Amino acid sequence: MSKIFKFHNDVDTDQIIASQYLLLPSVEDMKGYTFESLDGEFARNVKAGDIIVAGENFGCGSSREQAPSVLKALGVKAVVAKSFARIFYRNAINIGLPVLVSRDFYDVAKAGDEAKLDLSEGTIEADGVTYTCTKLPPYMQNILNQGGLIASLNKGEV
Amino acid sequence: MGHTLIEKIVMKNTGDVSVSPGEIKTVKVDRVMIHDIFIPFVVDKFREMGFQKVWDQDKVVLIYDHLVPTSAVEDVRHFKIGDAFVKEQGLTHFHRADGICHQLMPEMGYAKPGNIVFGTDSHTTTYGCVGCFSSGIGYTEMAAVLGTGEMWIRVPETIKVVINGKLPEGVYAKDIILRLIGDLRADGATYKVLEFSGSTVDEMSVSSRMTISNMAIEAGAKAALFAPDEKTCAYSGVKMEDVDWLYADEDAEYCQVMEYKAEELVPVLACPSQVDNIHDVAELAGTKLDQVFIGSCTNGRLEDLAVAAKILKGKKVAPFVKLIVTPASRSIYQEAVKAGYIGILAEAGAIVTHPGCGLCCGRACGILTDGERVLATNNRNFLGRMGTSKVEIFLGSPATAAASAVAGVIAME
Repeated sequence: MSKIFKFHNDVDTDQIIASQYLLLPSVEDMKGYTFESLDGEFARNVKAGDIIVAGENFGCGSSREQAPSVLKALGVKAVVAKSFARIFYRNAINIGLPVLVSRDFYDVAKAGDEAKLDLSEGTIEADGVTYTCTKLPPYMQNILNQGGLIASLNKGEV
Repeated sequence: MGHTLIEKIVMKNTGDVSVSPGEIKTVKVDRVMIHDIFIPFVVDKFREMGFQKVWDQDKVVLIYDHLVPTSAVEDVRHFKIGDAFVKEQGLTHFHRADGICHQLMPEMGYAKPGNIVFGTDSHTTTYGCVGCFSSGIGYTEMAAVLGTGEMWIRVPETIKVVINGKLPEGVYAKDIILRLIGDLRADGATYKVLEFSGSTVDEMSVSSRMTISNMAIEAGAKAALFAPDEKTCAYSGVKMEDVDWLYADEDAEYCQVMEYKAEELVPVLACPSQVDNIHDVAELAGTKLDQVFIGSCTNGRLEDLAVAAKILKGKKVAPFVKLIVTPASRSIYQEAVKAGYIGILAEAGAIVTHPGCGLCCGRACGILTDGERVLATNNRNFLGRMGTSKVEIFLGSPATAAASAVAGVIAME
């Protein structure tokens, strides 16, 4: 089971990881500051396997790949949002962080509740109800299945 | 069925007779831009992928701008890694202190009409001002492009934006793009291209078009395109007959059409802390300010400094207000000196800084703290962008900024 951390619409990449931390030498050094301006306790409270649920346009703003990278480094299993900003979406798939689009789940998801996420089926279950997320185009699904762009390049499959 | 500008650029690149939105295509990349913040990460990933040499040493442009001049000792590490990569790879296009990446790419002719260019920065959409398909990508993807010279894209849908008529006094390109973002909202153009046309756009300088394409990402757009005309050709140093294939067909298909009458537009501001939170300047007049910033890749060009100088000539910046001016490139800085603008701004009390990203990316040159309020001409007013998360950032045109610097409160030209 995954604990739900819930965020609003238009969460931008500065809110996910602020500019001043991008100069730290590695994503490991940055991850403790994830969502600092929205929830100062997030990095301490999140556990491996937890999920982020958000509204529209998650990850808007800058091209910083550190935004999906800090989430992955903290063990976030997936982000389920109503919609994603383009660069964040592409970056997430390239680094192997699952990003799922569900128009319905946000409205019923409660912060702190548990949900059951099935990545291979693209479904999420909470309070006994199962929600089906939008499937990725096959090309992107293939990159994600390989574990990201580096893994798929090494296998010569992109 | 006809084609939009983006479809024609992709077709020219891939050799396809026709493409339509939704198709996945692999394109040959004409140029890439990497800036100082992300170069260490790009180099790491490039090595992790097992690449030895970049696909073409003349097609990679490395630009130092976010950290120029350095404001913390850690910044130097980025330059050392960048310098070493330039030497190792024999990169031929390299700028250590010449200006902001998005200004230099079109200004130096690295991004030309009909090209496909990617950069490690979201505001890479800027080069659409000369009819170049340009977009931001992450550092892992950039490393893959460096090794292969290719990139896969999904052919995007296009929103046609038509602006006709003459802009009223005091209304500028910045007011147009802010209005449009307010109407589209922050995700209204996600995955899509904004294609601009109409008599107002035809009359506009390349610099003004740059202000518009720079901010298209704030509505989520993948690119923002202007068909090249005589002005574009003069700016980019190309011949009209070489780019005459690049126009939108009359029967091209658009997912949405938005029309504006220039005469109806007014000066506006993006209010804290989202770029789509748009209000008329008139509504906010009198709001007290601590700082004003004129510059950035959005509005740090000669015409912007000219407007600011015109308004500030013979006047003084209000007491207790700091005015920071940052030209977008070294050549703009030099031209502004020659034209007398920098002298006028200095006389009025402005702090004129070297070209760079500085305040816009919250690194240096005017960081603010809790409870302070700034009116700025750059592209983003996100929470914590220019200091603490309790700083209020308003975004407006250079004219609104200059008039407000004199008044010490939000004011119209």
